[in-house]
Order: sequence, then C-alpha cells, then structure tokens
Amino acid sequence: MEIPKSFLGYKRENGRAGTRNHVIILPVDDISNACAEAVANNIKGTIALPHSYGRLQFGADLELHFRTMIGTGKNPNVAAVIVIGIEPKWTKRIVDEIAKTGKPVEGFHIERTGDIGTIMKASKKAQEFSQWASEKQREECPLSDLWISVKCGESDTTSGLASNPTVGNLMEKLEPFGVHLCFGETSELTGAETVCAARGATPEAKEKFMKTWSSYNDFILKEATNDLSESQPTAGNIAGGLTTIEEKAFGNFQKIGNLKFIDVLEPAEEPKKGKGLYFMDTSSAAAECVTLQAAGGFNIHLFPTGQGNIIGNPIEPVVKLTANPLTAKLMKEHVDCDVSKILSREMNLSQAGDELIKTMLRVANGRLTCAEALGHREFVMTKLYRSA
Amino acid sequence: MSQPDLIIHDEKDNVGVVVIEKTKKGQDCNAWIMENDKTVKVSSTNEVPLGHKIALKDLKEGDTILKYGHDIGKVVKSIKKGEHVHVHNVKTKKW
Repeated sequence: MEIPKSFLGYKRENGRAGTRNHVIILPVDDISNACAEAVANNIKGTIALPHSYGRLQFGADLELHFRTMIGTGKNPNVAAVIVIGIEPKWTKRIVDEIAKTGKPVEGFHIERTGDIGTIMKASKKAQEFSQWASEKQREECPLSDLWISVKCGESDTTSGLASNPTVGNLMEKLEPFGVHLCFGETSELTGAETVCAARGATPEAKEKFMKTWSSYNDFILKEATNDLSESQPTAGNIAGGLTTIEEKAFGNFQKIGNLKFIDVLEPAEEPKKGKGLYFMDTSSAAAECVTLQAAGGFNIHLFPTGQGNIIGNPIEPVVKLTANPLTAKLMKEHVDCDVSKILSREMNLSQAGDELIKTMLRVANGRLTCAEALGHREFVMTKLYRSA
Repeated sequence: MSQPDLIIHDEKDNVGVVVIEKTKKGQDCNAWIMENDKTVKVSSTNEVPLGHKIALKDLKEGDTILKYGHDIGKVVKSIKKGEHVHVHNVKTKKW
C-alpha cells in the first residue's frame, strides 16, 4: 500500500498540529470540578475534564500533577483552555505555561468570588473561545505532525499473536515518515525487561530504561501483600489465556515492532529529542497511561485489546483494534479496526498494518472513534503517593 | 494456507495457542509455526478455549515454559503433551 503523505489537521500557533479541536475547561483541583462542569454545561462546544486530585500534594507527586495539567492544556488537540482552580497561585502557574504555546488561555479562581460568580465570568470567556475555535478549519499537514501513542488493555494471547504485532507493523512503516511514537506500561514489561532494555538506541537510553523499571519493581516488591497474581495478570487476562506476567510482557512488547527507543520519558513529559520512538514511565492502567501520554503531547492513540477494554480519552482519540474474533463480534461497537482474520490466516500482518494505518488516518482526519461516539472521556491523574 | 487450529510463535516454543473457538477432546490439531511457516500436529487432550495454550511436549515440574522463544514461567504440576497449559500448572518466576 502507498502510505498517504499527509492528513487533515488543525495547525496550532506553536507549529504543532491537532487531530481534534477541543475547547477544554480544566479544573486545577477536585473541588473546582463542579464549577468547570457548570461552565461546560453552559457553553456548547466546550468539554470539562474533572478529576480527583490537586490539593495538598507535594514533591514529585505535585510536579507530576502540574506536568499533567499543563501538558493537557498544551496538547495540539486543544484549541483553547479555561483553567479554574480554588486559589490564584496554582491556577496562574498552569495558565502561564499553557500560554507559551500561543493558544488562547484564561484562568479563574473561586476563592473570594464563589462558584456562581466564577461560573459567570468563566462562561463569558468560554463562549468567546468556543465561537473562535469553531471557525478553525482542517488543513493539510505532513504525516510527521502525528504523535502516536500506544497502550494495550484487557490483553489476551490474541494481543501478542496479532493485534500488538499489527501496531508494531504500523510503527515500522510510519517511523520513516518522521512521526513521534510512544509506548509505556513499565509494570507490564516485567519478565521482558532485559529484552526491552536491549532495544534502547543508545547506552544512555538502555540504562535509563533499566533504572526506571528497577525502581518500579522495587516499589512493587515493597508494597506487595501477596504474590501479585491477583493483579497481574488480571482476571480478564487469565480468562483470555494469559498465564503469567512474563507472557503478558512479551505480548505487550510486540507493539514496538523492530524499533529502538531513543529516550525514556518521565510520566507526562514532552519528548525533546525529535522524531522517533520513546518509552514513557507509566502505570499500566489504561486511563492513567493514556492521560499521561496525551499530556506528553501525543495527538492520536492506538489501543489493541483482547478481551475488550473500552477506554477513551477526552482530548486524544483512542483507536481500538482487536484480533479476538469473539470480541470483534460481541463488542463490535467498541472496535475501530478488526484484525481477527490474522488468526485464520485470511490476512497477514502487513495487510493488518495497512488496515490500521487507513483507520488511524480516517480518525486523524476527523472520523469519530468508537470511544468518542460512545462518550468515553476517561481523564485519570496518576498519583505517586499520599498527600500532605 | 489453511486455517490453523493452533499458532506457535517460535520454533523453540513448547506451547501453542488455540485460535479456533474451542478444541474438541482428542482433536488432531494443525499447529502453524509463525517463525518458520511450518505446520506440526498435536492432539488436544481436553477441550481448550480460544486463546488458551496447549503443551507441545511432555513437561515436568520445574521445567520452563517457552513462548515467543522466551521464558514465560515454570511448570508447577507435570503436563502431558496435548494438555491445557494455564494457571493450574504454570506459575510466574517473578513473584
């Protein structure tokens, strides 16, 4: 198949391009959710991103909170941002960082005004942003404007056999076009960690990966109250035939094809070394992982599933594929790309990779994903430890 | 290119994955090896559902299960060729 050289995206002030054109209402903290949701309810064409945290966090955990908030606002799938927090200082910190992209952003704080006054002020600005963004048109953008993140979920053995290698095939075909790529799931590489580390493009990347994985593994061993077999693999994984974490890890690892990763990113960190494949240190829980990758700046996501994970994200479209014929049949409304014919050998891996490229480009050009059509907007902050 | 009943990732693997809805007891299964495009036969001892594994040889306690050509865990209860391989007879080496 000849791969198209471009897609239709929204060009942003900082040179990036979006596959979506969202105006988001971003609460800084849990207690500002009500206000943010009221504004999104008032003003059509906006979307609130409620979440559970943002108070009394400290140290690396607080830094991660800010990185996730700021990165979400900076994502090129977002046209404009209203930030609402209880206090002015943290609200301003987020607004100032998002403003560096050049996109419209305005912050509001609730203290000394109350919800109702804040909702009124923020709604007026949100209306302005929404009408402004509605005039933005899609334009031709080079393929290299795609930043593609991947994560699998509710995996089974069909993931490792077919849907994950399909993603790997897509990566191998699109890497020469200069796209950014990202995989994560630190815990779910357990068992394949040395094989994965060997895929580091430089000694630094290899070493950074092993350091990241070891630090995670030490934490797991310290906190574990049993042998962890209750959590990894999950009950869904086991029902699908996956027996051990090692088996799951080698299946997971198929997603990067034969590529090497050039750097290891902190959770929600933006890549700085240019085009190519990155590993991001993330949780393996689907919504947490995609939220972190979206905050890292990735603008389209590929999600292979075995038993049928249904996750979506409010700003980064999540394209789902499966190779499990039962999932493709029983959960059809969640599957954007069915590659189950690989198992019956009616389709080979390269054909499946081409199908996935076509589906992904349709979504990049504006087709709603199954998760978007079904209203999946899982926005889940990763919390590193207890608050103060 | 007929439809396989099992797929084996790597020539070194001692398990194959069921890719039909379910194997029948005593079914003579066609197992396709992805790595070298060869086909081998194995008789399924039990009914094994889609996605689950079948042993390609006799395995005893302490043996290593190989899939993708890599170590994916240890045998904790001996397994005969053709038997279902899963959490009842295999455990992780990690935790």
